[in-house]
Amino acid sequence: MIRYLFPLTIFVGLTVLFIYGLQNDPRYVPSPLINKIAPEFTLPSLHNPESNISVDDIKGAVSLINVWASWCVACRLEHPILNEAVKKYHLNLYGLNYKDKRTNALIWLENLGNPYIESAYDEYGNVGIDYGVYGVPETFLLDKKGVIRYKHIGPIDKRQFDDIIMPLIKKLEQES
Amino acid sequence: MKILYQSIVLALIIFTTHKSFSNDEPVYFTDKNQEQRYYSLIEEVRCLVCQNQSLADSNAPLAQDLRNEIFKMIKSEKSNSQIIEFLVERYGDFVLYRPPLKDNTWLLWFGPFLFLIIAVTTAIIFIKKQSQNNTIDN
Repeated sequence: MIRYLFPLTIFVGLTVLFIYGLQNDPRYVPSPLINKIAPEFTLPSLHNPESNISVDDIKGAVSLINVWASWCVACRLEHPILNEAVKKYHLNLYGLNYKDKRTNALIWLENLGNPYIESAYDEYGNVGIDYGVYGVPETFLLDKKGVIRYKHIGPIDKRQFDDIIMPLIKKLEQES
Repeated sequence: MKILYQSIVLALIIFTTHKSFSNDEPVYFTDKNQEQRYYSLIEEVRCLVCQNQSLADSNAPLAQDLRNEIFKMIKSEKSNSQIIEFLVERYGDFVLYRPPLKDNTWLLWFGPFLFLIIAVTTAIIFIKKQSQNNTIDN
């Protein structure tokens, strides 16, 4: 009896392991920046090249930093969700325009709508490196103290926004 | 003869144009030691965009940026451990092909040996049983 049960247990064990493995997303790499102060940056604004945006302008309230680019196909998918979210909720949503051409980025916002309070223009992707960006779009959630509390990699869908991000924002807003 | 000539021309075209497709900024080292460090470091670091390639293998724009970043850091006399720290701070241990030994990586390091021990013990038990059976049969 054991003779037959033994391979069967191994088979079932491996199947469970593989099913679990298949459900993991290898593209999701936990960020070491979680629970760390958002890295410093000062970048020109996308709309007004003469004026700067620094991370200190963003800190102080619960806010979202969304890394996007006009060349990024998945950003197109996410964009309507962000547009809708800023209409529905009171959000401090900032953009980090990543390795883009300024004219393309501006046209993109004009055509698809601009949900951002402001976008910082990271032409060479240096700030992207400091934030460990590797797959646009990425979204960082900062608490009132400017600590990164959550990072979303890839496009946010409606369900993720309503079920994960929005409750977290509400929770962080309760914190002193 | 004609085929030989044609294949030589083809080989020349393939191998001489190859380099010019790379978008990287050229790396020039005056110091041989620095050059060696650069090439060994980019082999050690994973490209997060195409995860099973190292920075040296990958054409992804992020890999280019990180190669340039490593180049700049080596030029500015940063040590290997400083460069590794810079990358790990931003991208986590996952960027390293040889992650450090930690609580959550010991299974990764010692798991294979664990399986080896299990396999060897099973084999020994199995063989012993077989030889016992054989002696009984005889």
